[in-house]
Amino acid sequence: MSTLFLALLLPVFGFLFSGIAGKHLPEKITGWISSLTILGSFVLSIGIFNDVANATSGIAAVGFNFLSVGDVIVDFAIQADRLTSIMMLVITGIGFLIHVYSISYMHGDPGFYKFFAYLNLFVFNMLVLVMGSNFLMLFFGWEGVGLCSYLLIGFWYENESYGKAARKAFIMNRIGDLGLLIGLFLIIANFKSLNYSEVMAAASTGAVSTEVITAICVALFVGAMGKSAQIPLYTWLPDAMAGPTPVSALIHAATMVTAGIYLVVRCNVLFELAPAAQQLILWVGLATSILAALIGLKQNDIKKVLAYSTVSQLGLMFIALGIGAYSAAMFHLITHAFFKALLFLGSGSVIHALGGEQDIRKMGGLKKAMPITYYTFLIGTLAISGMPLFSGFFSKDEILATLFAQNTLVWALTVVSALITGIYMFRVFLVTFHGGFRGTHEQEHHLHESPALITFPLIVLALLSLLGGLINLPELFTQNNAQWLKHWLNPIIGASQESLHHPEHHTEWLLMAIAVGAFVVALLYTRNKYIAKQSIPESDAEMTDLAKLSSNKFYVDELYDKAVVTPTEIIGDTLQKTDDSIFIGAIGGVNKLFGSIANGFKFIQNGKIHYYLLYMVAGIVIIMALNLFR
Amino acid sequence: MNTDSIFSSLDISHYIYLSSVLFCIGLFGVLTRRNAIVLLMCIELMLNAVNLLFVAFSSYMGDSAGQLFVFFIMVVAAAEAAVGLAIIVMIYRNVRSTDVGLFDKLKG
Repeated sequence: MSTLFLALLLPVFGFLFSGIAGKHLPEKITGWISSLTILGSFVLSIGIFNDVANATSGIAAVGFNFLSVGDVIVDFAIQADRLTSIMMLVITGIGFLIHVYSISYMHGDPGFYKFFAYLNLFVFNMLVLVMGSNFLMLFFGWEGVGLCSYLLIGFWYENESYGKAARKAFIMNRIGDLGLLIGLFLIIANFKSLNYSEVMAAASTGAVSTEVITAICVALFVGAMGKSAQIPLYTWLPDAMAGPTPVSALIHAATMVTAGIYLVVRCNVLFELAPAAQQLILWVGLATSILAALIGLKQNDIKKVLAYSTVSQLGLMFIALGIGAYSAAMFHLITHAFFKALLFLGSGSVIHALGGEQDIRKMGGLKKAMPITYYTFLIGTLAISGMPLFSGFFSKDEILATLFAQNTLVWALTVVSALITGIYMFRVFLVTFHGGFRGTHEQEHHLHESPALITFPLIVLALLSLLGGLINLPELFTQNNAQWLKHWLNPIIGASQESLHHPEHHTEWLLMAIAVGAFVVALLYTRNKYIAKQSIPESDAEMTDLAKLSSNKFYVDELYDKAVVTPTEIIGDTLQKTDDSIFIGAIGGVNKLFGSIANGFKFIQNGKIHYYLLYMVAGIVIIMALNLFR
Repeated sequence: MNTDSIFSSLDISHYIYLSSVLFCIGLFGVLTRRNAIVLLMCIELMLNAVNLLFVAFSSYMGDSAGQLFVFFIMVVAAAEAAVGLAIIVMIYRNVRSTDVGLFDKLKG
């Protein structure tokens, strides 16, 4: 029991330590103590994982009564079941690696201690999000990670556009959060409880009508749209790249943005009862996956490409959720956390070596100078593009195979999305690391492999990206221990996934061959374009119309600006003017009235002592006269 | 000739008239004069008019409390005169005048 709380509260200790004492301590101490608290949490998570494996149902602990209104009682209660323990391992494991990475990456930054304090606070909130045993705890963590995300995107707040990016992320998340909140209210109104176990049990008895459950699911999915960056609320994630690169890796790739996936998996019982909501998830996921991949094709900022790739991959996970393949989505969540964190940290290493340069057109030929970064980035690229036997291959294949059996059209479009993924990832990889160096002479002179603290997490994550597929090998490859993750999660999602059928084995081989074919096409196409022809991405002026469209993100930001931001500003301005003329006018009028009355009497207080004495004597005389004639 | 008998032979009303006249003279001076030193002197005159009344009534009523008051008033008046004169000296050094009509710098 107490292990749960200890695992949860260790990052809080790190947060308080870095936040309070960190300013006066050397960077090394602050950084390492923060990192060690996360490592401690990770070790405890392994223990919890072990306990959960032996327990029939999860383990739980109650802290205190959070609130009780009427007959709704919500406790500050945490739990660890099979889903949570997996999430905890991912969060604390990758969190630790990224903390270690940050010690070197953030070296010399005046806000070093602040950075670690925020990062620890983030891990705490993320743990609350996944460990809570009711929706309120989830909401608490949900808002907490949103806050940390805001603080860390705007970490270099002196830069105005970074501050704006942070605000954009926060506001777009608020829109999603409103949906989540409405979902929570609907749950309270209809289930009289916020505990997962009670809600799920009540839902499966059919006590609540399908319409209501559909409404709840859609509302919850709106929340997931915000946090997990799905159409129409995805535009904050690419802008969130304003934050330091470790933040992009931890928050905006590996953990926080997967909160929406976690939410849907956690509520799989509800979603299974709402086919309409599932359809919505499927199509939103598909549209996001393809749109983001298309945008990713023409971005020239290395982090922006990875950001759109994240949006696209999250879309892929939602596609899986839309057809009810929860374990496949979780599998892709985990492998994606590995290789996307790796890619972000790799890009951070590159940016670090080039002194802050993020434009891939000004990179090139980094292979020689940075071999470790090169090879780890290569592994990450191969994993995300679906190179056979890498982790991403297995997780994508699991989704595609299940998809094929349910909806062939979506399957075909998803394959296209995967193909585009391969193309833009190889484009970034080849343009960055191959060819000749295109930066300034000075940058070339300073090119160096990053220090061990940066390369160590890269190597670990590269191994995980390479071998991550082992946790859920398809039955095609091995008879025993196949689909370990699916079986592990069975107590939570088994009932919801029962109806899913896998295609026949020979079909599955064929599907796998098609996926590999897409990978090979992407590889050959980019190899031909960027190695054989040595072409580099064109400058903005040279682009054709389609490329321009993609490069400008399909003008979605501009559309939002015209459709939402400008009208809101106009309404705000109008209201302000009304406010000024009516309310300020009325209140100002009262003010002026009393002012003029006071002005009329001002002559009495002229500062001359004679007058004051005269008033005094006159007063005394009047009082005496009144006494006399009383 | 016993002074005591002269004072006690006078009617109390004489004392009241005298002190009233003194008080009014002082008050008139305070209201009309502009010289700060004269102002202080006029205030002193008003105080002493009151003192006289106290002593007269004290003798008339055969109660010494009135005389006690007088001592207090004299002490306070002396202190007041000292402080007042000091202030006037300071003001004079600044504005080269003791005209109270000029002392209106604290006007709001």
